[in-house]
Amino acid sequence: MPLDARHSHDTVELLVPGLTCAACMRKVEARLSTVAGVSSARVNLTNRRVAIRFDQVRTEPEALIDELDRLGYPARPLSQTDTDDPMVRESRALLLRVGVSGFAAMNVMLLSIGVWSGADAAMRDLLHWVSALIALPAMAYAGTPFFTSAWNALRAGSLNMDVPISLAILLSAGNSVLETAMSGQHAYFDAGIMLIFFLLVGRYIEQLTRARARSSASELLAMTGRTTARVLPDGTREKIATADLEPGMQVAIAPGERIPADGRILVGASDLDRSLITGESLPVRAQHGTEVNAGTLNLSSEIIVEVTRAGDDSLLAEIAGLVGAAERGRSRHDQLAERAAKLYAPSVHILAALAFAGWLWATGDGRLSTQIAVAVLIITCPCALALAVPTVHTVATSRLFRGGIFLKDGGALERLCEVDTVVFDKTGTLTDGRPRLIDPLPDAHPAWPLIAALSRASRHPYATALNEAARARKIVPAEIEDMSEVPGQGVEARVNGVRVRLGRPGWVGTASAQVALSLPDSDVVHAFSFAQSLRPDAEAVCERLRRQGYDLYMLSGDHPDAVAEIATATGIADARSGLTPQDKHAVLKVLRDDRRKVLMVGDGLNDSPALAAAHVSMSPGSAADTTQSVSDIVFTGESLQPVLTALDVAATATRRARESIGIATLYNVIAVPVAVAGLVTPLVAALAMSGSSIVVTLNALRQRTPS
Amino acid sequence: MTVLGALIPISVALGAFGLAAFVWCIRSGQFDDLEGDQHRALFDEDESGTR
Repeated sequence: MPLDARHSHDTVELLVPGLTCAACMRKVEARLSTVAGVSSARVNLTNRRVAIRFDQVRTEPEALIDELDRLGYPARPLSQTDTDDPMVRESRALLLRVGVSGFAAMNVMLLSIGVWSGADAAMRDLLHWVSALIALPAMAYAGTPFFTSAWNALRAGSLNMDVPISLAILLSAGNSVLETAMSGQHAYFDAGIMLIFFLLVGRYIEQLTRARARSSASELLAMTGRTTARVLPDGTREKIATADLEPGMQVAIAPGERIPADGRILVGASDLDRSLITGESLPVRAQHGTEVNAGTLNLSSEIIVEVTRAGDDSLLAEIAGLVGAAERGRSRHDQLAERAAKLYAPSVHILAALAFAGWLWATGDGRLSTQIAVAVLIITCPCALALAVPTVHTVATSRLFRGGIFLKDGGALERLCEVDTVVFDKTGTLTDGRPRLIDPLPDAHPAWPLIAALSRASRHPYATALNEAARARKIVPAEIEDMSEVPGQGVEARVNGVRVRLGRPGWVGTASAQVALSLPDSDVVHAFSFAQSLRPDAEAVCERLRRQGYDLYMLSGDHPDAVAEIATATGIADARSGLTPQDKHAVLKVLRDDRRKVLMVGDGLNDSPALAAAHVSMSPGSAADTTQSVSDIVFTGESLQPVLTALDVAATATRRARESIGIATLYNVIAVPVAVAGLVTPLVAALAMSGSSIVVTLNALRQRTPS
Repeated sequence: MTVLGALIPISVALGAFGLAAFVWCIRSGQFDDLEGDQHRALFDEDESGTR
């Protein structure tokens, strides 16, 4: 959105998924504001975006993205549709309604105090008219969401919570105007507007909890990057938008880039990291003729790929489709509050109608009967009920937040509480996804400087592990020349003219272990072995879960050997290996048909269909952004403890929510007979309504004290 | 009681002023990032960017 063309200033909004804390916010803002041409940078921590105002002449969005990349915060620009975030607009509109109804409620209450403290007839009428003047427009504006929703429900031939709410608002407003016009004693303007205010507060709280949840399918497709180098038939290259790729085109993929579409390798050979798609932790060798999928990371050297399926046909798009379908399926889950509402709405209407009929029959006074029916509707209006669940969820969310656990959907708490089966992914979830050197050389060994120098050159996970080991020992890399990486084999270089190799044992000249190093001055070859490192408390957490009666499963796309090793370590009896994303999704479906409520914990993109299909899902913060957006819960840190914490908090929260609904019901049991008996004056209605709302809120806050 | 004739408009006007201020706050985006702002209050140095 261009702001000021004269100074060529522009504003760009970038999505930065890594923005999770105050420190990130500060770092990103501070760094961006040092870039020449940037006049301001402001982070929005809620939706993980940064808005940057910059001078078009002196810098460009691409440069800003690179700058953020270097800082360790990968960013991507938002498309025009993303920028116009409906969430922000909705949230603002809702807050505005809260404000308007709050303003009206306060003023009308103030006027009502005048009425209650015994104003004479003329003064009472004046106060009633002023109240009407404030309350009616406010009700019309602030009550719109309820009216629309009730109208939609009625048109569809069903009842929801908003039907009795709308009816109570409309009837109380209509009745009060009538009473005021006839110079009557009781007007319910205050009760009606307060009702709206409390209900809106409940909705706004819910909205805040949901603010982090985002549409996942579109983010999934963004994984492939925005532009690609297309190779034209004459060998020249041009930049092309990923969206414009078509089957038959040839694209060049540099090391470190993701493959933008499904295809076949034409030229070159390389190692591919397919963990995003398959969950395999180790790179696979790919050469001429190998089929590759979109989203695969190219590790070692440039390849040229002929596109076979692009865009909506690619495997990545297929996964996105699966995720979308599974998520839609889950949103049909009946939540506690909805179940309560289904019982509640019809019984309230019947009660009010009965009260009206009964009084009409007994007294023959239509005006009095209407008044009593309205009083019943107002007093039974589900204020406390509407606040009960959102307040409990908000408190639970903040409890989890302090434990480094981010809850995206309050409904997940209720679902979490029903879980009886926990399914883990292996790579990145039970393990931390990085191989660990298990038999290092002695610290003073002369080969270390060489290892440090050679391992720097490769992106292979083994090389990274070796390099980390060298850095941990503060080794100064040796001087080497002519270094080159041989795809699929290893790294080669010369030391004083003698060749050294670090890589695949067969290539280096030995048959054992996983990586070998040849030395320049002897025939000795050093061999290194690696193991997957479990998260520090993975065993303990699995053990606790088992003792609490959960069934544990492990689903992995990895090799059977690697899976068996972890299964033994964690004691998970049912471990399956070699699964594709579709397979995992299918297993989850079988479990669901078995009437099991599954908590799926996974981190890879290959887990996302399964995560979306599970009853509840959790992802570690190290997971792909897309995977995080599919999950209900994201946890940070090295530990798996959050799985236990979340289950525990969910149990407490659901207990509190049930209690709150119980309190709200109890309040009705007491208040309804009073209303039916015709004893509810506007004062009583106002006090009862505020009272029950406050009690329910206090009950939600009880979660804070550790049980 | 005639004093009410003045007091009621005054109180409504004050309320309306508060509401107008609130509307301005929302419009100018001050409620868009409650999570970020609660941390921002604790930053020592001046803001790195104006909004």
